[in-house]
Amino acid sequence: MGSSPTASRSSSNNCIRQPNASGQASQADDHGNTTMTVGEDQMSAEEVEAPQEGMGAVKATVEDRDDDGYRPPLPPRPNLSKTPERPTTPGGLNTSHRRPSLLSKPTTAVSSIDIQTLSFPDGSRGTFSTPASRSVSESAALDTPGSMTPKGKHSQNGSEGDDTTSLMSYAPTMKGTGDLASLLNDDINAQSPAWRLLSSKADTVNPFEAIDYENTSLLNFENEFNEIAPVDSKGGNEEELLTQFKAKYKHYLCLSSAGKPIYSRHGDQNLINGYIGIIQTLISFYEGSKDPLHGFTAGGTRFVIFIAGPLYFVAISRLGESDAQLRSQLEALYMQILSTLTLPTLTHLFSNRPNTDLRRPLEGTETLLSSLADTFTKGSPSALLSALECLKLRKSQRYVINNTLLKARTEKLLYGLIVAGGRLVSVVRPKRHSLHPSDLQLIFNMLFEAGGVKAGGGENWIPLCLPGFNNRGYLYMYVSFLSAYDDGQDGEERPSTPGSSAREDEIAVLLISAEKESFYELKQMRDDVVSQLEKNGSMDIIKAAVRQGRPSTADIVPGTQLRHFLYKSRANVQYTMPSFNPYFNGLLPQRRLMNLYNNLHAQIHAKHSHLKVLHSVSRDSVSLAWSTPLFEFYCVAGPNASRASIAHGANKVIQWVKREEERVFIIGGAVF
Amino acid sequence: MAARGPGSRAGNSRFAQFKLVLLGESAVGKSSLVLRFVKDQFDDYRESTIGAAFLTQTISLDDSTTVKFEIWDTAGQERYKSLAPMYYRNANCAVVVYDITQASSLDKAKAWVKELQRQANENIIIALAGNKLDLVTEQPDKRAIPAADAEAYAREAGLLFFETSAKTSENVKELFTAIAKKLPLDQAGPRNPRSGPRAGVDLRPEAPGTQGAGACSC
Ligand SMILES: Nc1nc2c(ncn2[C@@H]2O[C@H](COP(=O)(O)OP(=O)(O)O)[C@@H](O)[C@H]2O)c(=O)[nH]1
Ligand SMILES: [Mg+2]
Repeated sequence: MGSSPTASRSSSNNCIRQPNASGQASQADDHGNTTMTVGEDQMSAEEVEAPQEGMGAVKATVEDRDDDGYRPPLPPRPNLSKTPERPTTPGGLNTSHRRPSLLSKPTTAVSSIDIQTLSFPDGSRGTFSTPASRSVSESAALDTPGSMTPKGKHSQNGSEGDDTTSLMSYAPTMKGTGDLASLLNDDINAQSPAWRLLSSKADTVNPFEAIDYENTSLLNFENEFNEIAPVDSKGGNEEELLTQFKAKYKHYLCLSSAGKPIYSRHGDQNLINGYIGIIQTLISFYEGSKDPLHGFTAGGTRFVIFIAGPLYFVAISRLGESDAQLRSQLEALYMQILSTLTLPTLTHLFSNRPNTDLRRPLEGTETLLSSLADTFTKGSPSALLSALECLKLRKSQRYVINNTLLKARTEKLLYGLIVAGGRLVSVVRPKRHSLHPSDLQLIFNMLFEAGGVKAGGGENWIPLCLPGFNNRGYLYMYVSFLSAYDDGQDGEERPSTPGSSAREDEIAVLLISAEKESFYELKQMRDDVVSQLEKNGSMDIIKAAVRQGRPSTADIVPGTQLRHFLYKSRANVQYTMPSFNPYFNGLLPQRRLMNLYNNLHAQIHAKHSHLKVLHSVSRDSVSLAWSTPLFEFYCVAGPNASRASIAHGANKVIQWVKREEERVFIIGGAVF
Repeated sequence: MAARGPGSRAGNSRFAQFKLVLLGESAVGKSSLVLRFVKDQFDDYRESTIGAAFLTQTISLDDSTTVKFEIWDTAGQERYKSLAPMYYRNANCAVVVYDITQASSLDKAKAWVKELQRQANENIIIALAGNKLDLVTEQPDKRAIPAADAEAYAREAGLLFFETSAKTSENVKELFTAIAKKLPLDQAGPRNPRSGPRAGVDLRPEAPGTQGAGACSC
């Protein structure tokens, strides 16, 4: 279905490409066996410890009609290795035939009338009934989206979704039929007078604002990224270090199937050796049977395992991510290793010597693995959604930038990109080749999260393998940085005080070629591009956009109760979001926000959930997830925000995205 | 080179452009030496170089002579080994770096010198730099390679030799100045004010025999 059948392994919808309305979409007029179960659920005390605080107190479950066909697309990541639970890569392929014609209907309006019914842009509305047959007891122990509880079937059939998610129901307070307009009906929020009084007083409490003293789940998160000192065999500091080690919320380990340590985010070899041995034994034991180990739970900690050829990857998390989310993080680490070595080299090393110590060939790239890992631990919308963010620009402005790149293009160029602080400004590419978000994730991590390239202070020539493009060979990437705060004429002259400029301010020109000797040619192209962008005013526009930063939610929807949102356009594999300022500034607030998004995302993507709208109330926030064939949308408001105001805000945001679609997203990009 | 227009000699000033490559085991301080030389900065916790970095720095030898270095700072890792010839192939000069507190790093440096002498430009000027001098100034017992040994080797192999510290900047400027002085400035081209950072030296092999002032248009 992709526009580029020859490009690479999967030219499916996880590429930047023309939104190709290939499958003539059967206009979804689905009504049907939709159910909605709504109820009140007071968060139980046991849930306080779990990061998914009080998730899903109120849920609207909308089931799709043809049960066999539709499944929410899984995170589109190249499926290089055996992931039995994902037989089709990516899941979205299955659904593509149902997607409405994207090009012809990009601006399906969500009018103010629609707000009252909250109909989907794909035209579906549905009637919603509350089957009385679903009893409370069925759902009793199911509210664990973050997989903090043991799930036997993970190791049995590899199902990463929770079959029961869609069955979740709560004591219904609403009888008979209704539609999603009921989401707007505040009556179902019927609360005690005392509660109402409290609410009305604090109408504008922000998410996570009320400090929850019982909630100790992220108490030490601020220390998460402190380094653990090396083991000092004489000093006997091991016990102390182990305490630090165990206090981490997140571990990533990589070892060879022979049990050699390859990478650990925390702790030096002496500290982790014991664990490596245990893990290797465990995995190998199950490997031998036909029943590989996918994950297990110990206390509040989830272990997820990902096996890629001779490599074992393990994520150990107390942050409540779903197995699918953790696995996609491990896959990203694997991609980083492939990016350094290429698949044939990796295979060769281990087929020659199963006992290979891979640390040597990977030398110098530990920082790339760690910055990737830390991005996941901090919480990254881009990683969660497997999508890219663009710098918001006018369509005409982007057009000029694209053309400047195209005009300066040299023969050796494969991909040309301008990126500002991890946000895409412009891409030019050959018609036949797509760019994979997973590849861009690796590049952005290298340039904007890890410090090595930037700190060099010059121009760079970097051999790297982009596994999504071709995992068998290297490409060569020219990189130079410009600062958004530097008005000098040339990037080379920029004042570079290392670390002084945040990643957000860095503008990078990336020119990728298959030719290892094309540095000077690409450097020349870069010089031409930059001087042309300066001449035609585009550089100032880019710098101004970078300096301006993301708008706040209130800029987008004045007066809204929403405090943050994520909007992912499925067709473009891109997302947009407002600034984390002012409500989610800093490590901890951002992690709590991402916990919330992780949970919403996990539920929406749970394998058999068919969940389309999810309204979730917890003690410190109210949130909404909304999934349609066109987009995924997640938003959050303070704990006292009414359902009506959230639905209203959500619709306003979606209207805004429709209006700004060609500014916040790169549609198609420029091809040559 | 194509990128350079016809130049004009401003007074009696001479301008020469040379390609310099840094080689040596990883973590000996190549990038740190370059950063000290180019930006006069030092970073206690710097991450490994990924691929190679290209920087330029211009120094004045005297009132009338300016030398511009185009510097390739390579990553020392084994997996990049096959790319090294690309960087030293047309180099006019090379700095081979070792860490005076790590005995094995000198062996690696010697291997690089050998490779350069065999494969690189015949007239390439090579300097050997024993880096992290500041460490042994503080704690003399940290020294793993006596200066005299390295110096003897350098003399024998026909190399310039300095012990340097990127951290304190000791001998860094001296190292690059000594190289500049040894380069064949007579062949240096006229200064071209417009050349600036745009001037590029082709990475492909030059016609045999050309060397010196970076294949100028003169
Ligand atoms: N004490 C000291 N440390 C240095 C010196 N030069 C580099 N380093 C440190 O050595 C490490 C490796 O340096 P780097 O420049 O990245 O080495 P490269 O791999 O050869 O480029 C870094 O932690 C530097 O801070 C020096 O002159 N003195
Ligand atoms: Mg370096």
